[in-house]
Amino acid sequence: MPNADGVWILGITMTRFGKHPDKDVVDLAADAALGALGDAGVKMKDMGVLAAGNLLGGGLGVGQQLQKQIGQTGIPVYNVANACATGATALRTAVMAVKAGECDFGLAVGVEKLAGAGLLAGKDRKADADTWTPQGRYGAVASVDGRIGTETMPGVFAQIGMEYGHRYGGTSFELFARIAEKNHAHSTLNPLAAYQKRFTVDEIMNDVMIAYPNTRSMCSANCDGAAAAVVVSGSKLKTLSLEQQRRAVKISASVLTTDPWEEACQVLPNVNTLTRNAAVQAYEQAGIGPEDLDLVELHDCFATAELVHYDNLMLCKEGGAVDFFESGATWRDGTTPVNVSGGLESKGHPIAATGIANIWEVCHHLRGEAGDRQIDNAKVGLAHVIGLGSACGVHVLERAAV
Amino acid sequence: MANPVPIVDYLVLDGPGEGGVPQYRAHLVANECAGCGARYFDRRNACANAECAGTDFAKVPVATSGEVKAFSIVAFAAPGIPVPFVAALVDCEGTSVRGNLINVDPDPEHVSLGMKVRLATYPLGTDSAGTEAVGFGFEPLSN
Repeated sequence: MPNADGVWILGITMTRFGKHPDKDVVDLAADAALGALGDAGVKMKDMGVLAAGNLLGGGLGVGQQLQKQIGQTGIPVYNVANACATGATALRTAVMAVKAGECDFGLAVGVEKLAGAGLLAGKDRKADADTWTPQGRYGAVASVDGRIGTETMPGVFAQIGMEYGHRYGGTSFELFARIAEKNHAHSTLNPLAAYQKRFTVDEIMNDVMIAYPNTRSMCSANCDGAAAAVVVSGSKLKTLSLEQQRRAVKISASVLTTDPWEEACQVLPNVNTLTRNAAVQAYEQAGIGPEDLDLVELHDCFATAELVHYDNLMLCKEGGAVDFFESGATWRDGTTPVNVSGGLESKGHPIAATGIANIWEVCHHLRGEAGDRQIDNAKVGLAHVIGLGSACGVHVLERAAV
Repeated sequence: MANPVPIVDYLVLDGPGEGGVPQYRAHLVANECAGCGARYFDRRNACANAECAGTDFAKVPVATSGEVKAFSIVAFAAPGIPVPFVAALVDCEGTSVRGNLINVDPDPEHVSLGMKVRLATYPLGTDSAGTEAVGFGFEPLSN
């Protein structure tokens, strides 16, 4: 029987993001999973499904490796991979199992070891072959990265921000730098962020250039980290303690989309349409509009990306992202605080953990447990991630009424 | 000497340019879906437009001039890739093309959104059989 009482987050946690040289992927996953179970007040033996993501570890089945450390109960494990949306995909997998009525409790875990990984995507260019021989779907006789555009993420997302500027105007190097300034300023209140240092706009603009207009401090930080969540059916939640019910956070919408075909989408990734589609579905599922949101954690993998998602998530009117940012709306004291965690640019981006960690941030505020960075009286929040390829996860979360 | 080979199969070399080697007259070709007109540069199994899903494609020439819709000046790339270079998305009269901007200084003073560009080629080098490979990019129209 499908579960009609909704799905809730019962427990959720994230490790500190940063360098964890003494811990491996399984250690970090175990820290997050045990933390989430403890936060939920349940045990591994209660779980009916485990969904786990670890994108770049290269190992086999992080879910089973985790079970071998914290509890082998014979439940189904789904090891998932969806680029930077891997964590959201793991959560959504657990949510779907509970929603389908297959179980009452599910556990989702995302973990990554990335400290010192350097530039992601884009392989080292080898010496050209001895004879020019066409290979692959483009019949290329030589490596094309750097010869026909760029494969690097900072360069791809730089173009995505620039394309928005071309379409609507108003963007500049300094504007993008000021978005990074905001997120770094926010990070000073987040003890779990990899970097907690405020930078001036000048410092950001004069930092090492990676891919104009993105300097180093406008790029997400590679680091280690894990996050995990326990989800529970609404009917089961009613049988739990009042304290568990009070701290539970309602998943009012859980959506995953991919990009529909459009002209150019196979030339430069289109991160806009699938995000907008996910947002439309999420607002409809939740019966909530963007104006109702008390905070938003969105996928600022680069400063150039944050701008376009103001528009894609409909936080502003179409084409109005620059004015929206200029109004101060997205600072923590603004009308729609965005990335009060510090965002990926300072909190860090351990890829598979990101899509659960952003939900932890929102839950932390909805539960009133965010300490110095608490957004007062937060009732509704949205978490967004996008993985190139592409996949977009959007979750709308609401404070318990109990 | 063997005929030069293009860096990718969607670059078609039309012979030496007026200015002589290494510039070639060239154009790009796309695989155009017979059903809906969607254009692709890679080898196709079927059309990705869900409304169409056609499997018939024809090679069509792509306009050789266009407008820069987006760019990034890449200063940091994987080892072995010379930097800086300008990665760009060029709107060639309705067909979006990925390519580097070439024959222009890679800095924000010389590269801008909306700038008009045209297809240009450059030599990639010669292999052990003496065959030259030819790359492409887009250069400012008003050079």
